[in-house]
Amino acid sequence: MITFQELKRSFFISLWFVFLTFPIMVIRVDSIEKTVQWRWMNMLYVAVGAFILSLIFRYMMRRKEGQSADDDEETSTSDQHLIHRWLTVPRYRNIIYGVMLTLALVLPLVFSTYQTSIMTTALLYVVLGLGLNIVVGLAGLLDLGYVAFYAVGAYTYALLYHFFGMSFWIVLPLGGMLAAVFGILLGIPVLRLRGDYLAIVTLGFGEIIRLILENWGEFSQGPSGVSNIPRPSFFGIDMSLDTALIYIYYLMIAFVIFTIFIVNRLQNSRLGRAWVALREDEIACQAMGIDKMKTKLAAFSLGAFWAGIAGVIFAAKTTFISPRSFTFIESAIILSIVVLGGMGSIIGVIIGAMVLILLPEYLRFLSEYRMLAFGAILVCMMVFRPQGIIASVRRTYTYNKKETADGEGA
Amino acid sequence: MSMSLNRKIVAAAAGLMLAIAVPVAGVAADTLKMGVVGPHSGDLASYGLPSVNAAKILVEQINAAGGINGKQIELLIEDTVCDAKTATDVATKLVSDGAQFVLGGICSGSTKAALPIYLDAGILVMSPSATNPGLTQSGDYPNFFRTIAPDDAQAQLDVDFAIDKMGYKKIAVVHDKGDYGKGFAEFAKMFIEKNGNAEVVLFEGVTPGAVDYSAIVQKIKQSGAETVMFGGYHPEASKIVTMMKKKRLDASFISDDGVKDITFIKVAGEFAEGAYASGPMDTSSNPLSKAAVEAHKKEFGSDPGAFYENAYSAVLAMANAVKVAGSTDLEALKKALQTEKVDTPVGTISFDERGDAIGVGFSVYQVQNGTFVELK
Amino acid sequence: MDYFIELLFSGLTRGSIYALIALGYTMVYGIIGLINFAHGEIYMIGAFTAFIVATILSILGFPALAIIVLAGLAAVVWSASYGYTIEKIAYKPLRHAPRLSPLISAIGMSMFLQNYVLLAQTSDFLPFPQLISDFNFMEPVAHIVGSTDLVILVTTTVVMICLTILIKYTKIGKAMRATSQDRMMAMLVGINVNRIISVTFIIGSSLAAIGGMLIASHIGQINFYIGFIAGIKAFTAAVLGGIGSIPGAVLGSVVLGLTESFATGYVSSDYEDVFAFSLLVLILIFKPSGILGKADTQKV
Repeated sequence: MITFQELKRSFFISLWFVFLTFPIMVIRVDSIEKTVQWRWMNMLYVAVGAFILSLIFRYMMRRKEGQSADDDEETSTSDQHLIHRWLTVPRYRNIIYGVMLTLALVLPLVFSTYQTSIMTTALLYVVLGLGLNIVVGLAGLLDLGYVAFYAVGAYTYALLYHFFGMSFWIVLPLGGMLAAVFGILLGIPVLRLRGDYLAIVTLGFGEIIRLILENWGEFSQGPSGVSNIPRPSFFGIDMSLDTALIYIYYLMIAFVIFTIFIVNRLQNSRLGRAWVALREDEIACQAMGIDKMKTKLAAFSLGAFWAGIAGVIFAAKTTFISPRSFTFIESAIILSIVVLGGMGSIIGVIIGAMVLILLPEYLRFLSEYRMLAFGAILVCMMVFRPQGIIASVRRTYTYNKKETADGEGA
Repeated sequence: MSMSLNRKIVAAAAGLMLAIAVPVAGVAADTLKMGVVGPHSGDLASYGLPSVNAAKILVEQINAAGGINGKQIELLIEDTVCDAKTATDVATKLVSDGAQFVLGGICSGSTKAALPIYLDAGILVMSPSATNPGLTQSGDYPNFFRTIAPDDAQAQLDVDFAIDKMGYKKIAVVHDKGDYGKGFAEFAKMFIEKNGNAEVVLFEGVTPGAVDYSAIVQKIKQSGAETVMFGGYHPEASKIVTMMKKKRLDASFISDDGVKDITFIKVAGEFAEGAYASGPMDTSSNPLSKAAVEAHKKEFGSDPGAFYENAYSAVLAMANAVKVAGSTDLEALKKALQTEKVDTPVGTISFDERGDAIGVGFSVYQVQNGTFVELK
Repeated sequence: MDYFIELLFSGLTRGSIYALIALGYTMVYGIIGLINFAHGEIYMIGAFTAFIVATILSILGFPALAIIVLAGLAAVVWSASYGYTIEKIAYKPLRHAPRLSPLISAIGMSMFLQNYVLLAQTSDFLPFPQLISDFNFMEPVAHIVGSTDLVILVTTTVVMICLTILIKYTKIGKAMRATSQDRMMAMLVGINVNRIISVTFIIGSSLAAIGGMLIASHIGQINFYIGFIAGIKAFTAAVLGGIGSIPGAVLGSVVLGLTESFATGYVSSDYEDVFAFSLLVLILIFKPSGILGKADTQKV
């Protein structure tokens, strides 16, 4: 339990934080009026807060360390991959999928339009997360400019509607394809780059796309954005706003299922395994005869394709887009979804998107402390669960003595 | 009328939905719910938070005085981060939460995205700062009002001032690439070209938040402009005027009401001297304006920030409209807003049928000895 | 020609500003391979601390020079403490985690610190006092390069030289290099790796604090968001020069500053960032590890 030693340590940590936060938390100056405001109460709050939090932090750290010490082999599979284990048993899997689908389907009937609306947004990010997961999680290419493809999709719909009056259902595949083309365009020059150099170039690419949209007014209407984009039609029936939002929600559910299906198939395909191989060891991969160029380009373009699709839906949902929606922060959020959920794991990405997109919404009761809490939670989640909420499972082939015949196991 | 029929259906649908989803909502029917939306975090928070303060101060006063028609006002403060996606989600949330009128939409873009949702629910929206002309002039958003002049009106005023009054022949138009700033700059450019007595020697955008503006200042110097007309907000404006003086560039500086903010003078200090900015007429001598600023100092211990007075006025106007109309029905509120005159910090105002404020007289101010002085 | 020289100095000033922040990025990256997104926030906190201390001292009537020194000292002390603490909380537990986890932790930390300052101080822009008054001897060239610009240029140069000496010739510098080359091996030869990492964060954060104070006094205003934009640009500069390399960070910053300045001067400032990032892409295509970065050959 809490020993005296612990308390003493926390006491010193609390003193440290009092010192650390002293100028920012306690003093507030007005350099014009030449007044200084001393807020000593804040110091007390910091001291008490730091004391308690440091106790909790260390307790959690010990728990985490204790866990990782004794669970390297056996428990880790039983504990953190519980969901994955369930998913490998067909009977459980069907039940889980069934429950999830039913929940998803009845949601708009039970909850308010607001809940449906933010759920739609969360689903949008599931698609984005799954798309980025191809690039980052599977192929191991760190992409910090993923939002560029999202923007391409959104602007494809907005501008094709604006200039040519094209409808949602025609633009939807076009947006995806155009984004994929952009993915290849970005991919070709940067293939030689590795790791973080690739990251910063993709970041630059994302910024370039946004800046062009912002500055090339004749083409994209500049910073004021494109408004009055129509929502998707349903056989030409005119819908009220509520119905339209619910309709988009169901569309989104369908897209998510479709995406999961495709991504799952991709993951287990020849291409998917090539991606994972590329992520693990590029040179060995080349030696095995995998075409590095083609494999990487495939990852970029397929990842971009989903972002494009999501962009078209985003434009249709909000009916208004402007370059402000496609800043670097957006890329960072999508990346966080992938990492937080557990890189390479589909179910992880879904959970990650739900957590990261719904969390700020449900933190609204904290009003101005909302984003503060969000940042802190992001740090804590990474510190206490660095592998993500659901770590991805490697497909393992165990050698089973009893059936030496074909050597294929679970 | 198809309009009213539509609304009935909506009302029925909303009622049905409320009955299913929020059975407790009926309990709070004796309060008025006012939404306050805007960026309360992120890079634009400094434009959104002052409106929250204005709403808090006024609502406290109104509630202490017995509320409006005996009903207390309840604030629903929601952060939109000026992001279109969040703004639409917030709008559906406010509709679900039963907001009856909304202060805000700080940025034109996210306001545009959210307005159809409010319109569908018959909710009045009044913005202290969304200046995009299309918001009122397009006629798409009949529920939208604002206590600030649209970009084009201000640009016209500033251009007339620069050319007819000051006689400038060469004007550099600079903007901050933002929705507001670029909109203003484009109108300014158009009006200068229409006027014909002066030419635009430079039309460029600067990157907000950049660490140094000396290159653009050198370029202005090179263009030989006699004056710089700037569209944007005060942080960039103070950086530019500071850099202009430091680089010994003698051109004058004319800007919009995003700059006519006390923070501009505070931040730019001596470098702000002589700069022009357009803004609502006679605010400093207006007793209501003084009272508003005093109330802020008392409550929050600091000077109010950007659009505080516009937000203050918007709350006063809406409160008055609710009082006169006796309900929060959109048509009744609109009628009250268009017919009743209200005394506010930005002047005695009512609204035209498009939603723009009448009586927010605009004039050009100059910074003299650390304050904005109105030029007659 | 005059115009060219004016733009040249604008670019150099801007480049030196980036360099002060980029040095911290590049040091941290060199040691633990982490893009420290919270570095821009350290810079912002340094500027705020300097602002607060400078204001109090000027109310108390201290002379100008004392204000600069004391405010700078306070900024360095507190920024270094923040850097040290952040490393302990958000990055140290993630030493053995998957590669991207510290990155997300850094993004979270950056959001946290921004909002922390927003809530504890204000969302408004605050006037930063002009700490460096105009030198008389600079007057004839003031239209080209101002006094603050000069101070920034000189500081950056001095800092770069000091750092290079520190890393090349001192014991701790040697330990840093060893840690960055092979952490495990460094540990085996008796280097206290954790301490070296802490020292790196402390030095990097101190530089950010000096940068924060000088830059804030150059542009005359601060706000909780200034760290973010400057941070991204400085990081770009660090990569451009070859991340992990001290002279590379400075060179990359100057190249970036000059590109932006000339793009503004001769083309249009609308597209200055497009030019900056396009240059980055171009250089990395032809030199995949940046201008001065070591080409890392892979051995099998």
